[in-house]
Amino acid sequence: MEFVGDVVNWFLSAENWSGPAGIPNRVWEHVQISVIATGLAAVIALPPALWLGHFRRGGFLAVAVVNIGRAVPSFAIMALFLPISIRLGLGLGFWPTLLALFALALPPIFTNTYTAVRDVDPALVEAGRGMGMRERQLLWTIEAPMASPVIVAALRVSAVQVVATAPLAALVAWGGLGRYIIDGFAVRDNVRVLAGGILVAVLSVGTELLLGALERRIVPRGLSRATEQVVPPAHG
Amino acid sequence: MIVAPVIVAPVIAQADEPFVRWDWVGRNLDNLWAATQEHIVLTGIAIGIGLIISMGLSIVALRWRKTYTPITWVTGLLYAIPSLALFALLVPITGLTLLTAEIGLVSYTLLILIRNIVAGIDGVPEPIIEAARGMGYTERKLFTDIQLPLAMPVIIAGVRIATVTTIGLITITALIGQGGLGFFILRGLQFYSAIGTTQILAGTVLSVVLAVTADLLLLGLERLLTPWARRRAVM
Repeated sequence: MEFVGDVVNWFLSAENWSGPAGIPNRVWEHVQISVIATGLAAVIALPPALWLGHFRRGGFLAVAVVNIGRAVPSFAIMALFLPISIRLGLGLGFWPTLLALFALALPPIFTNTYTAVRDVDPALVEAGRGMGMRERQLLWTIEAPMASPVIVAALRVSAVQVVATAPLAALVAWGGLGRYIIDGFAVRDNVRVLAGGILVAVLSVGTELLLGALERRIVPRGLSRATEQVVPPAHG
Repeated sequence: MIVAPVIVAPVIAQADEPFVRWDWVGRNLDNLWAATQEHIVLTGIAIGIGLIISMGLSIVALRWRKTYTPITWVTGLLYAIPSLALFALLVPITGLTLLTAEIGLVSYTLLILIRNIVAGIDGVPEPIIEAARGMGYTERKLFTDIQLPLAMPVIIAGVRIATVTTIGLITITALIGQGGLGFFILRGLQFYSAIGTTQILAGTVLSVVLAVTADLLLLGLERLLTPWARRRAVM
Protein backbone atom coordinates (compact mmCIF):
# COMPACT_ATOMS: atom_id res chain seq x y z
CA MET A 1 0.00 0.00 0.00
CA GLU A 2 2.92 2.28 0.62
CA PHE A 3 3.76 1.94 -3.06
CA VAL A 4 0.28 3.02 -4.14
CA GLY A 5 0.65 6.03 -1.85
CA ASP A 6 3.95 6.89 -3.53
CA VAL A 7 2.29 6.80 -6.94
CA VAL A 8 -0.56 9.01 -5.73
CA ASN A 9 2.00 11.43 -4.29
CA TRP A 10 3.85 11.42 -7.61
CA PHE A 11 0.68 12.57 -9.33
CA LEU A 12 0.00 15.19 -6.66
CA SER A 13 3.51 16.58 -6.60
CA ALA A 14 3.66 20.07 -8.13
CA GLU A 15 7.04 19.49 -9.77
CA ASN A 16 5.50 16.82 -12.02
CA TRP A 17 3.03 19.33 -13.39
CA SER A 18 5.41 22.03 -14.61
CA GLY A 19 8.50 22.48 -16.74
CA PRO A 20 9.77 20.44 -19.69
CA ALA A 21 9.57 17.14 -17.75
CA GLY A 22 6.10 17.92 -16.37
CA ILE A 23 2.98 16.02 -17.39
CA PRO A 24 1.40 18.84 -19.48
CA ASN A 25 4.52 19.23 -21.64
CA ARG A 26 4.94 15.45 -22.03
CA VAL A 27 1.30 15.09 -23.10
CA TRP A 28 1.78 17.96 -25.56
CA GLU A 29 4.91 16.34 -27.07
CA HIS A 30 3.05 13.04 -27.33
CA VAL A 31 -0.09 14.44 -28.94
CA GLN A 32 1.72 16.89 -31.20
CA ILE A 33 3.91 14.32 -32.93
CA SER A 34 1.02 11.83 -33.16
CA VAL A 35 -1.20 14.37 -34.91
CA ILE A 36 1.52 15.40 -37.35
CA ALA A 37 2.44 11.77 -38.17
CA THR A 38 -1.16 10.64 -38.70
CA GLY A 39 -2.05 13.76 -40.69
CA LEU A 40 0.97 13.36 -42.93
CA ALA A 41 0.20 9.67 -43.48
CA ALA A 42 -3.38 10.53 -44.44
CA VAL A 43 -2.25 13.19 -46.93
CA ILE A 44 0.24 10.80 -48.55
CA ALA A 45 -1.80 7.57 -48.45
CA LEU A 46 -5.33 8.73 -49.33
CA PRO A 47 -4.91 9.95 -52.94
CA PRO A 48 -3.22 6.79 -54.30
CA ALA A 49 -5.52 4.53 -52.25
CA LEU A 50 -8.64 6.30 -53.61
CA TRP A 51 -7.52 6.17 -57.22
CA LEU A 52 -6.16 2.63 -57.11
CA GLY A 53 -9.43 1.56 -55.47
CA HIS A 54 -11.40 3.33 -58.18
CA PHE A 55 -9.53 1.58 -60.98
CA ARG A 56 -9.40 -1.68 -58.98
CA ARG A 57 -5.66 -1.93 -59.50
CA GLY A 58 -2.94 -2.81 -57.03
CA GLY A 59 -4.85 -5.20 -54.79
CA PHE A 60 -1.63 -7.09 -54.32
CA LEU A 61 0.04 -3.93 -53.03
CA ALA A 62 -2.76 -3.34 -50.52
CA VAL A 63 -2.42 -6.82 -49.07
CA ALA A 64 1.38 -6.69 -49.05
CA VAL A 65 1.48 -3.31 -47.29
CA VAL A 66 -0.67 -4.46 -44.41
CA ASN A 67 1.14 -7.78 -44.04
CA ILE A 68 4.55 -6.12 -44.01
CA GLY A 69 3.20 -3.60 -41.52
CA ARG A 70 2.22 -6.47 -39.26
CA ALA A 71 5.43 -8.48 -39.60
CA VAL A 72 7.89 -5.65 -38.92
CA PRO A 73 7.76 -4.87 -35.18
CA SER A 74 6.86 -1.27 -34.36
CA PHE A 75 9.82 -1.23 -31.97
CA ALA A 76 12.10 -2.17 -34.88
CA ILE A 77 10.66 0.57 -37.09
CA MET A 78 11.29 3.13 -34.34
CA ALA A 79 14.85 1.83 -33.87
CA LEU A 80 15.67 1.68 -37.59
CA PHE A 81 14.71 5.28 -38.19
CA LEU A 82 17.32 6.48 -35.71
CA PRO A 83 20.38 5.61 -37.85
CA ILE A 84 18.49 6.62 -41.00
CA SER A 85 17.60 9.99 -39.54
CA ILE A 86 21.14 10.59 -38.35
CA ARG A 87 22.56 9.66 -41.77
CA LEU A 88 20.16 12.15 -43.34
CA GLY A 89 21.45 14.78 -40.94
CA LEU A 90 18.08 15.10 -39.18
CA GLY A 91 19.48 14.13 -35.81
CA LEU A 92 17.84 12.56 -32.78
CA GLY A 93 14.44 13.01 -31.23
CA PHE A 94 11.77 14.65 -33.36
CA TRP A 95 12.62 13.40 -36.85
CA PRO A 96 13.26 9.69 -36.27
CA THR A 97 10.08 9.61 -34.19
CA LEU A 98 8.02 11.40 -36.81
CA LEU A 99 9.31 9.21 -39.66
CA ALA A 100 8.71 6.00 -37.71
CA LEU A 101 5.18 6.95 -36.64
CA PHE A 102 4.42 8.09 -40.20
CA ALA A 103 5.57 4.70 -41.52
CA LEU A 104 3.38 2.95 -38.96
CA ALA A 105 0.31 5.03 -39.79
CA LEU A 106 0.48 4.46 -43.55
CA PRO A 107 -0.55 0.78 -44.00
CA PRO A 108 -3.94 0.80 -42.25
CA ILE A 109 -5.00 4.05 -43.96
CA PHE A 110 -3.88 2.90 -47.40
CA THR A 111 -5.23 -0.63 -47.32
CA ASN A 112 -8.59 0.11 -45.71
CA THR A 113 -9.26 3.07 -48.02
CA TYR A 114 -8.32 1.04 -51.07
CA THR A 115 -10.53 -1.88 -50.07
CA ALA A 116 -13.46 0.35 -49.16
CA VAL A 117 -13.45 2.17 -52.51
CA ARG A 118 -12.93 -1.04 -54.46
CA ASP A 119 -15.84 -2.73 -52.70
CA VAL A 120 -18.41 -0.01 -53.40
CA ASP A 121 -21.38 -1.64 -55.13
CA PRO A 122 -20.45 -1.69 -58.85
CA ALA A 123 -24.11 -1.12 -59.78
CA LEU A 124 -23.92 2.37 -58.22
CA VAL A 125 -20.77 3.21 -60.15
CA GLU A 126 -22.28 1.88 -63.39
CA ALA A 127 -25.41 3.96 -62.82
CA GLY A 128 -23.23 7.04 -62.40
CA ARG A 129 -21.31 6.18 -65.53
CA GLY A 130 -24.57 5.69 -67.42
CA MET A 131 -25.58 9.19 -66.36
CA GLY A 132 -22.45 10.50 -68.05
CA MET A 133 -20.23 11.07 -64.97
CA ARG A 134 -16.51 11.34 -65.46
CA GLU A 135 -14.04 9.19 -63.52
CA ARG A 136 -13.26 12.01 -61.12
CA GLN A 137 -16.95 12.63 -60.47
CA LEU A 138 -17.57 8.93 -59.90
CA LEU A 139 -14.84 8.88 -57.30
CA TRP A 140 -15.81 12.10 -55.54
CA THR A 141 -19.59 11.91 -55.62
CA ILE A 142 -20.25 8.17 -55.37
CA GLU A 143 -17.31 6.06 -54.26
CA ALA A 144 -15.65 8.36 -51.71
CA PRO A 145 -18.89 9.13 -49.83
CA MET A 146 -19.90 5.47 -49.82
CA ALA A 147 -16.47 4.47 -48.53
CA SER A 148 -16.22 7.34 -46.05
CA PRO A 149 -17.26 5.39 -42.93
CA VAL A 150 -14.47 2.87 -43.47
CA ILE A 151 -11.98 5.62 -44.29
CA VAL A 152 -12.84 7.51 -41.12
CA ALA A 153 -12.58 4.29 -39.10
CA ALA A 154 -9.19 3.58 -40.67
CA LEU A 155 -7.96 7.04 -39.70
CA ARG A 156 -9.08 6.38 -36.13
CA VAL A 157 -7.40 2.97 -35.96
CA SER A 158 -4.24 4.48 -37.36
CA ALA A 159 -4.24 7.43 -34.97
CA VAL A 160 -4.77 5.14 -31.99
CA GLN A 161 -1.88 2.94 -33.05
CA VAL A 162 0.36 5.98 -33.41
CA VAL A 163 -0.53 7.24 -29.93
CA ALA A 164 0.08 3.74 -28.56
CA THR A 165 3.50 3.42 -30.22
CA ALA A 166 4.70 6.97 -29.54
CA PRO A 167 5.90 6.03 -26.01
CA LEU A 168 8.78 4.16 -27.67
CA ALA A 169 10.00 7.51 -28.97
CA ALA A 170 11.70 8.00 -25.62
CA LEU A 171 14.25 5.46 -26.87
CA VAL A 172 15.32 7.75 -29.70
CA ALA A 173 15.59 10.78 -27.41
CA TRP A 174 12.17 12.30 -28.05
CA GLY A 175 9.90 13.25 -25.16
CA GLY A 176 6.30 12.22 -24.75
CA LEU A 177 4.79 10.14 -21.98
CA GLY A 178 7.08 7.19 -22.74
CA ARG A 179 9.88 9.15 -21.07
CA TYR A 180 8.51 8.34 -17.61
CA ILE A 181 8.46 4.60 -18.37
CA ILE A 182 11.80 4.35 -20.17
CA ASP A 183 13.62 6.59 -17.69
CA GLY A 184 11.89 4.82 -14.83
CA PHE A 185 13.15 1.46 -16.10
CA ALA A 186 16.66 2.87 -16.50
CA VAL A 187 16.93 4.11 -12.91
CA ARG A 188 14.70 1.34 -11.47
CA ASP A 189 12.13 3.84 -10.24
CA ASN A 190 8.92 1.78 -10.20
CA VAL A 191 6.82 4.72 -9.03
CA ARG A 192 7.68 6.68 -12.15
CA VAL A 193 7.25 3.55 -14.33
CA LEU A 194 3.76 2.91 -13.01
CA ALA A 195 2.76 6.57 -13.25
CA GLY A 196 3.96 6.59 -16.86
CA GLY A 197 2.09 3.38 -17.59
CA ILE A 198 -1.13 4.87 -16.23
CA LEU A 199 -0.68 8.08 -18.25
CA VAL A 200 0.05 6.23 -21.51
CA ALA A 201 -2.85 3.81 -21.00
CA VAL A 202 -5.27 6.66 -20.22
CA LEU A 203 -4.13 8.70 -23.22
CA SER A 204 -4.41 5.72 -25.61
CA VAL A 205 -7.76 4.45 -24.43
CA GLY A 206 -8.96 8.07 -24.24
CA THR A 207 -7.92 8.67 -27.85
CA GLU A 208 -9.78 5.55 -28.92
CA LEU A 209 -12.96 6.58 -27.09
CA LEU A 210 -12.78 10.21 -28.21
CA LEU A 211 -12.21 9.41 -31.88
CA GLY A 212 -14.86 6.69 -31.70
CA ALA A 213 -17.39 9.21 -30.39
CA LEU A 214 -16.33 11.73 -33.05
CA GLU A 215 -16.75 9.08 -35.71
CA ARG A 216 -20.30 8.30 -34.60
CA ARG A 217 -21.13 11.99 -34.86
CA ILE A 218 -19.72 12.68 -38.32
CA VAL A 219 -20.61 9.46 -40.15
CA PRO A 220 -24.19 9.52 -41.50
CA ARG A 221 -26.32 6.88 -39.79
CA GLY A 222 -27.32 5.32 -43.09
CA LEU A 223 -23.72 4.48 -43.83
CA SER A 224 -22.54 3.37 -40.39
CA ARG A 225 -21.72 -0.28 -40.74
CA ALA A 226 -18.04 0.26 -41.12
CA THR A 227 -16.07 -0.56 -38.02
CA GLU A 228 -16.27 -4.32 -38.40
CA GLN A 229 -14.70 -4.12 -41.86
CA VAL A 230 -11.59 -2.29 -40.81
CA VAL A 231 -8.43 -4.36 -40.66
CA PRO A 232 -6.69 -3.44 -37.42
CA PRO A 233 -2.98 -2.77 -37.63
CA ALA A 234 -0.23 -4.48 -35.73
CA HIS A 235 -0.16 -3.84 -32.03
CA GLY A 236 1.77 -0.87 -30.59
CA MET B 1 19.73 -10.77 -19.89
CA ILE B 2 20.29 -7.56 -17.99
CA VAL B 3 18.57 -4.28 -18.67
CA ALA B 4 21.12 -1.61 -19.26
CA PRO B 5 20.17 2.04 -18.81
CA VAL B 6 18.81 3.34 -22.06
CA ILE B 7 20.89 6.26 -23.14
CA VAL B 8 21.32 7.36 -26.71
CA ALA B 9 24.93 8.32 -27.02
CA PRO B 10 25.40 11.59 -28.90
CA VAL B 11 28.06 10.08 -31.14
CA ILE B 12 27.47 10.82 -34.78
CA ALA B 13 28.48 8.16 -37.28
CA GLN B 14 31.30 8.72 -39.70
CA ALA B 15 29.92 9.28 -43.18
CA ASP B 16 32.38 6.81 -44.68
CA GLU B 17 31.43 4.05 -42.27
CA PRO B 18 29.55 1.13 -43.85
CA PHE B 19 25.86 0.79 -42.96
CA VAL B 20 26.17 -2.90 -42.05
CA ARG B 21 29.15 -4.44 -40.30
CA TRP B 22 29.13 -8.01 -41.53
CA ASP B 23 32.09 -8.86 -39.29
CA TRP B 24 29.84 -8.23 -36.27
CA VAL B 25 27.28 -10.65 -37.68
CA GLY B 26 29.99 -13.24 -38.23
CA ARG B 27 31.26 -12.93 -34.67
CA ASN B 28 27.78 -13.12 -33.14
CA LEU B 29 26.15 -16.02 -34.96
CA ASP B 30 25.91 -18.01 -31.72
CA ASN B 31 24.25 -15.12 -29.86
CA LEU B 32 21.83 -14.49 -32.72
CA TRP B 33 20.86 -18.15 -32.81
CA ALA B 34 20.36 -18.24 -29.02
CA ALA B 35 18.16 -15.13 -29.17
CA THR B 36 16.15 -16.62 -32.04
CA GLN B 37 15.51 -19.74 -29.98
CA GLU B 38 14.49 -17.61 -27.00
CA HIS B 39 12.15 -15.70 -29.31
CA ILE B 40 10.54 -18.95 -30.51
CA VAL B 41 10.08 -20.21 -26.94
CA LEU B 42 8.50 -16.90 -25.84
CA THR B 43 6.13 -17.06 -28.83
CA GLY B 44 5.23 -20.69 -28.17
CA ILE B 45 4.38 -20.05 -24.52
CA ALA B 46 2.27 -16.98 -25.35
CA ILE B 47 0.29 -18.64 -28.15
CA GLY B 48 -0.11 -21.91 -26.22
CA ILE B 49 -1.47 -20.28 -23.08
CA GLY B 50 -3.43 -17.76 -25.14
CA LEU B 51 -5.13 -20.59 -27.04
CA ILE B 52 -6.05 -22.47 -23.86
CA ILE B 53 -7.58 -19.37 -22.23
CA SER B 54 -9.28 -18.29 -25.47
CA MET B 55 -10.74 -21.72 -26.06
CA GLY B 56 -12.16 -21.76 -22.54
CA LEU B 57 -13.64 -18.25 -22.83
CA SER B 58 -15.00 -19.02 -26.30
CA ILE B 59 -16.79 -22.11 -25.01
CA VAL B 60 -18.30 -19.98 -22.24
CA ALA B 61 -19.33 -17.33 -24.80
CA LEU B 62 -20.87 -19.91 -27.12
CA ARG B 63 -22.70 -21.67 -24.30
CA TRP B 64 -23.98 -18.48 -22.63
CA ARG B 65 -24.43 -15.93 -25.42
CA LYS B 66 -24.84 -12.97 -23.09
CA THR B 67 -21.24 -13.33 -21.93
CA TYR B 68 -19.79 -12.72 -25.41
CA THR B 69 -20.14 -8.93 -25.32
CA PRO B 70 -18.48 -8.49 -21.88
CA ILE B 71 -15.71 -10.95 -22.84
CA THR B 72 -14.86 -9.07 -26.02
CA TRP B 73 -15.19 -5.77 -24.17
CA VAL B 74 -12.64 -6.75 -21.54
CA THR B 75 -10.21 -8.38 -23.98
CA GLY B 76 -10.71 -5.39 -26.28
CA LEU B 77 -9.78 -3.03 -23.46
CA LEU B 78 -6.64 -5.09 -22.77
CA TYR B 79 -5.81 -4.91 -26.47
CA ALA B 80 -6.21 -1.13 -26.44
CA ILE B 81 -3.53 -0.66 -23.76
CA PRO B 82 -0.15 -0.04 -25.40
CA SER B 83 2.34 -2.80 -24.69
CA LEU B 84 4.89 -0.53 -23.05
CA ALA B 85 2.19 0.82 -20.72
CA LEU B 86 0.96 -2.67 -19.86
CA PHE B 87 4.48 -3.76 -18.98
CA ALA B 88 4.93 -0.59 -16.94
CA LEU B 89 1.78 -1.41 -15.00
CA LEU B 90 2.94 -4.99 -14.37
CA VAL B 91 6.61 -4.43 -13.51
CA PRO B 92 5.94 -2.99 -10.02
CA ILE B 93 3.98 -6.19 -9.24
CA THR B 94 5.75 -8.99 -11.09
CA GLY B 95 9.15 -7.41 -11.70
CA LEU B 96 11.44 -7.59 -14.74
CA THR B 97 10.57 -11.22 -15.36
CA LEU B 98 9.43 -13.72 -17.94
CA LEU B 99 6.06 -13.76 -16.16
CA THR B 100 5.56 -10.03 -16.80
CA ALA B 101 6.38 -10.47 -20.47
CA GLU B 102 4.08 -13.45 -20.90
CA ILE B 103 1.13 -11.84 -19.09
CA GLY B 104 1.32 -8.99 -21.58
CA LEU B 105 1.86 -11.20 -24.61
CA VAL B 106 -0.96 -13.59 -23.70
CA SER B 107 -3.33 -10.65 -23.05
CA TYR B 108 -2.86 -9.41 -26.59
CA THR B 109 -3.66 -12.79 -28.19
CA LEU B 110 -7.05 -13.13 -26.47
CA LEU B 111 -9.18 -10.69 -28.49
CA ILE B 112 -7.95 -12.00 -31.85
CA LEU B 113 -8.24 -15.67 -30.90
CA ILE B 114 -11.66 -15.45 -29.22
CA ARG B 115 -13.20 -13.49 -32.08
CA ASN B 116 -11.96 -16.04 -34.59
CA ILE B 117 -12.91 -19.12 -32.57
CA VAL B 118 -16.45 -17.84 -31.99
CA ALA B 119 -16.85 -16.68 -35.60
CA GLY B 120 -15.50 -20.02 -36.82
CA ILE B 121 -17.91 -22.08 -34.74
CA ASP B 122 -20.80 -19.75 -35.62
CA GLY B 123 -19.96 -20.15 -39.28
CA VAL B 124 -20.64 -23.90 -39.30
CA PRO B 125 -23.85 -24.34 -41.36
CA GLU B 126 -26.93 -25.15 -39.32
CA PRO B 127 -28.02 -28.16 -41.50
CA ILE B 128 -24.74 -29.90 -40.63
CA ILE B 129 -25.40 -29.40 -36.91
CA GLU B 130 -28.97 -30.64 -37.32
CA ALA B 131 -27.82 -33.70 -39.25
CA ALA B 132 -25.28 -34.53 -36.54
CA ARG B 133 -27.91 -34.12 -33.80
CA GLY B 134 -30.23 -36.35 -35.80
CA MET B 135 -27.50 -38.98 -35.92
CA GLY B 136 -27.37 -38.89 -32.13
CA TYR B 137 -24.26 -36.81 -31.50
CA THR B 138 -23.98 -35.53 -27.93
CA GLU B 139 -23.24 -31.82 -27.49
CA ARG B 140 -19.64 -32.60 -26.53
CA LYS B 141 -19.07 -34.92 -29.51
CA LEU B 142 -20.77 -32.39 -31.77
CA PHE B 143 -18.30 -29.74 -30.62
CA THR B 144 -15.10 -31.78 -30.86
CA ASP B 145 -15.89 -33.86 -33.95
CA ILE B 146 -18.03 -31.56 -36.09
CA GLN B 147 -17.88 -27.89 -35.12
CA LEU B 148 -14.21 -27.59 -34.21
CA PRO B 149 -12.83 -29.26 -37.36
CA LEU B 150 -15.15 -27.26 -39.61
CA ALA B 151 -14.19 -24.04 -37.82
CA MET B 152 -10.49 -24.81 -38.17
CA PRO B 153 -9.73 -22.51 -41.16
CA VAL B 154 -11.07 -19.45 -39.32
CA ILE B 155 -9.42 -20.45 -36.04
CA ILE B 156 -6.04 -21.00 -37.67
CA ALA B 157 -6.39 -17.69 -39.51
CA GLY B 158 -6.73 -16.12 -36.06
CA VAL B 159 -3.74 -18.05 -34.73
CA ARG B 160 -1.68 -16.78 -37.66
CA ILE B 161 -2.50 -13.15 -36.90
CA ALA B 162 -1.92 -13.67 -33.18
CA THR B 163 1.43 -15.37 -33.84
CA VAL B 164 2.75 -12.71 -36.19
CA THR B 165 1.64 -9.98 -33.76
CA THR B 166 3.25 -11.76 -30.81
CA ILE B 167 6.57 -12.24 -32.60
CA GLY B 168 6.68 -8.50 -33.20
CA LEU B 169 5.63 -7.59 -29.67
CA ILE B 170 8.27 -9.79 -28.07
CA THR B 171 10.96 -7.37 -29.27
CA ILE B 172 9.50 -4.75 -26.90
CA THR B 173 9.94 -7.08 -23.92
CA ALA B 174 13.67 -6.43 -24.31
CA LEU B 175 12.93 -3.34 -22.23
CA ILE B 176 11.96 -5.55 -19.30
CA GLY B 177 14.96 -7.84 -19.67
CA GLN B 178 13.39 -10.48 -21.95
CA GLY B 179 12.92 -9.88 -25.61
CA GLY B 180 14.65 -12.60 -27.65
CA LEU B 181 15.79 -10.79 -30.78
CA GLY B 182 14.59 -7.47 -29.38
CA PHE B 183 17.71 -7.52 -27.22
CA PHE B 184 19.80 -6.65 -30.28
CA ILE B 185 17.45 -3.87 -31.37
CA LEU B 186 17.61 -2.30 -27.90
CA ARG B 187 21.37 -2.69 -27.62
CA GLY B 188 21.83 -1.33 -31.13
CA LEU B 189 20.13 1.87 -29.98
CA GLN B 190 22.50 2.28 -27.09
CA PHE B 191 25.76 2.82 -28.85
CA TYR B 192 25.19 4.66 -32.02
CA SER B 193 27.57 3.55 -34.77
CA ALA B 194 27.53 1.10 -37.68
CA ILE B 195 27.79 -1.68 -35.08
CA GLY B 196 24.58 -0.35 -33.53
CA THR B 197 22.78 -0.18 -36.87
CA THR B 198 23.94 -3.69 -37.67
CA GLN B 199 22.46 -4.98 -34.42
CA ILE B 200 19.14 -3.20 -35.01
CA LEU B 201 18.99 -4.64 -38.53
CA ALA B 202 19.97 -8.14 -37.40
CA GLY B 203 17.25 -8.19 -34.74
CA THR B 204 14.66 -6.76 -37.15
CA VAL B 205 15.44 -9.02 -40.10
CA LEU B 206 15.48 -12.19 -38.00
CA SER B 207 12.24 -11.20 -36.29
CA VAL B 208 10.54 -10.62 -39.66
CA VAL B 209 11.93 -13.90 -41.01
CA LEU B 210 10.57 -15.66 -37.94
CA ALA B 211 7.14 -14.06 -38.39
CA VAL B 212 6.93 -14.96 -42.08
CA THR B 213 8.13 -18.52 -41.45
CA ALA B 214 5.63 -19.05 -38.64
CA ASP B 215 2.86 -17.65 -40.84
CA LEU B 216 3.70 -20.00 -43.70
CA LEU B 217 4.01 -23.02 -41.39
CA LEU B 218 0.57 -22.29 -39.94
CA LEU B 219 -0.84 -21.86 -43.44
CA GLY B 220 0.58 -25.29 -44.28
CA LEU B 221 -0.96 -26.71 -41.12
CA GLU B 222 -4.32 -25.28 -42.12
CA ARG B 223 -4.13 -26.88 -45.57
CA LEU B 224 -3.18 -30.16 -43.93
CA LEU B 225 -6.02 -30.10 -41.40
CA THR B 226 -8.75 -28.83 -43.71
CA PRO B 227 -8.29 -30.14 -47.21
CA TRP B 228 -11.96 -29.37 -47.97
CA ALA B 229 -12.41 -25.66 -47.37
CA ARG B 230 -10.94 -22.25 -46.84
CA ARG B 231 -12.52 -19.28 -45.11
CA ARG B 232 -11.38 -15.81 -44.19
CA ALA B 233 -10.35 -14.49 -40.81
CA VAL B 234 -12.45 -12.06 -38.81
CA MET B 235 -9.66 -9.60 -38.18
